[in-house]
Amino acid sequence: MSEDMKIVEDLTQSEYKWGFVTDIEMDKAPNGLNEEIIRFISAKKNEPEWMTEWRLKAYRTWLKMAEPDWAKINYPKIDFQEISYYAAPVKKPQLNSMDEVDPALLETFEKLGIPLAERQRLAGVAVDAVFDSVSVATTFRETLAKEGIIFCSISEAIRNHPDLIKKYLGSVVPATDNYFAALNSAVFTDGSFVFIPKGVRCPMELSTYFRINAENTGQFERTLIVAEDDSYVSYLEGCTAPMRDSNQLHAAVVELVTLENAEIKYSTVQNWYPGDKEGKGGIYNFVTKRGMCRGKNSKISWTQVETGSAITWKYPSCVLAGENSIGEFYSIAVTNNFQQADTGTKMIHIGKNTRSTIISKGISAGKSNNSYRGLVKIGKKAENARNFSQCDSMLMGDKCGAHTFPYIEVENPSAKVEHEATTSKVGEDQIFYLNSRGIDTEDAVNMIVNGFCKEVFNVLPMEFAVEAQKLLAVSLEGSVG
Amino acid sequence: MLKIVNLHAEVEGKPILKGINLEINKGEVHAIMGPNGSGKSTLANVLSGNENYQVTEGEIWYEGHNMLDLSPEDRAREGVFLAFQYPVEIPGISNATLLKTAINEIRKHNGMDDISPKDFLAKMREKGQILGMNDLLINRSVNSGFSGGEKKRNEILQLLMLEPKLALLDETDSGLDIDALKIVSTGVNSFRSSENAVLLVTHYQRLLNYIVPDFVHVLSNGKILKSGGKELALKLEDQGYDWINKAELETESV
Repeated sequence: MSEDMKIVEDLTQSEYKWGFVTDIEMDKAPNGLNEEIIRFISAKKNEPEWMTEWRLKAYRTWLKMAEPDWAKINYPKIDFQEISYYAAPVKKPQLNSMDEVDPALLETFEKLGIPLAERQRLAGVAVDAVFDSVSVATTFRETLAKEGIIFCSISEAIRNHPDLIKKYLGSVVPATDNYFAALNSAVFTDGSFVFIPKGVRCPMELSTYFRINAENTGQFERTLIVAEDDSYVSYLEGCTAPMRDSNQLHAAVVELVTLENAEIKYSTVQNWYPGDKEGKGGIYNFVTKRGMCRGKNSKISWTQVETGSAITWKYPSCVLAGENSIGEFYSIAVTNNFQQADTGTKMIHIGKNTRSTIISKGISAGKSNNSYRGLVKIGKKAENARNFSQCDSMLMGDKCGAHTFPYIEVENPSAKVEHEATTSKVGEDQIFYLNSRGIDTEDAVNMIVNGFCKEVFNVLPMEFAVEAQKLLAVSLEGSVG
Repeated sequence: MLKIVNLHAEVEGKPILKGINLEINKGEVHAIMGPNGSGKSTLANVLSGNENYQVTEGEIWYEGHNMLDLSPEDRAREGVFLAFQYPVEIPGISNATLLKTAINEIRKHNGMDDISPKDFLAKMREKGQILGMNDLLINRSVNSGFSGGEKKRNEILQLLMLEPKLALLDETDSGLDIDALKIVSTGVNSFRSSENAVLLVTHYQRLLNYIVPDFVHVLSNGKILKSGGKELALKLEDQGYDWINKAELETESV
């Protein structure tokens, strides 16, 4: 084994920094999934009857579906009857200010490095913190309300804005879409709802931190963002989960809708527990994220930095229905040890002059497997559609894998589709070059990786970019090839 | 400053250096010349700590340190600099970022605070000017898409920015046209002082017209066969390396 390989081994074996469990009493549903459990969840959430029915319908759809097996991931079969589908802190606080937040909870956020109060004050970021399945603090709501912006938990939205929910929930990702979307539709417990009215530019970046806490509790969030004509919003999603032995299932659905001239920028930093060095434990992350550019000249932009989870199955997509609409996907996916990621995007061009850009950076270290899977589809009526895709993979060490699965379907001859792909290794020569300039190996690797990911960091909101760079450093802690 | 005693080194089990003895003092410029495969680049790489080259015997003393105990980054922090024969590309990292990081690592090692952005910028402008490098080149990714000549010039820019005590120049002249050679030489000459030293490895006497050495050593088959003043380089230019090899053969047969 060469010296560099030894460095890889040493450095890829850093411990998960966010492994701790918050000690708050939980109100938890018994394990298992059936109509009774769904009614229980719906009742817990004080949902109207139509919502309960909506869930049950999704559940019945799910029962008829089969778990997908086409992704390049391996995991033991999930027993959906062994999972509890609802967990909430017992003391559900009705909060007027941050002072009323449970101190243990605040401490958790402290450990995560996202002190709410600090963030509000310094960054001007409104945070809707989701702690397991119930929202505990929603801030800045007043400022937003003045603009007519709604930013609340999805449960509140179901109770307070039923018309909007009925109109948009499931309009982009219907329950019938896929196995995990159907499951989510049946049992989702919380998530965020954002509504930006016509002509409003959201004055701040909206941010939600999700956190899975109770053992053996799958978290099923549901997020819906609607941007009406001529509006704009930037939404940040960050995730951290504590260390556990058993795998936790996570199946979220995120739906975005943009009307004419509207733009949604959705950024994610995901660093859920990836499992230990032997591949034990870790989050199973099966997510359906899709945006619908419904109006003319509208734009949806996905940016993701994925460093966590034992398994990632995630394809944030854009349906470009409106003429001249634009879809973008910028992604960094890091896998280490035994992590498996099968991630990418789908760009579905339906309208005329629609454009899409895909920039994907995959970094594999340890014994991990990292796959890019992307579909670019140009429909019959999508005159002059354009797509540019660039998929770059970087390997660290010689035990990991990088795979690219691009699918291109073109039904209109005026389309222009470009695809570029590269695979590189973090070279010994690059590391020695930096060493010889006084930079140690760990910093050298960080520099090389940051350079590799630069195009994606450049489109992340400022404070997120800083966090993302730190995360990458922690995830790879000096891996070399 | 640098003392090499009976140095033996190998690459992938193949002996390359077979007993090098060399002493370099402050203010001196030494040129190592020799035919292909004589071990010139190996010597430069061993001195900078490249782990692909294994030292099997001998000692290297640098500024009171046993150099073989120091990692490549510590050697750099102690003032050793290697200008690469084939500079490496690092996409996405700007020259400025690399230089600033390197300077601050070295300063930290010497108990100094980070360089101020203002000072850094001023220094970069000044040194860039000597080498005819504009801001554009300086802000591009390290060596990414640079021409051969630009890469070599960039190495010298790093030399001037990092201000090492001992500069190792590994065939810095190779692949340069005459104009670029002059620029690079001007850069190196502006670096020379009574406080530092230069060890340059080259094939051709050409470079030595511009960077005039105090000593010339001829390396062949892993050993220094002959040392002398700058006139030795001229004799090599005139007569090639053969006469030295013959002399060596005669010595061995005696």
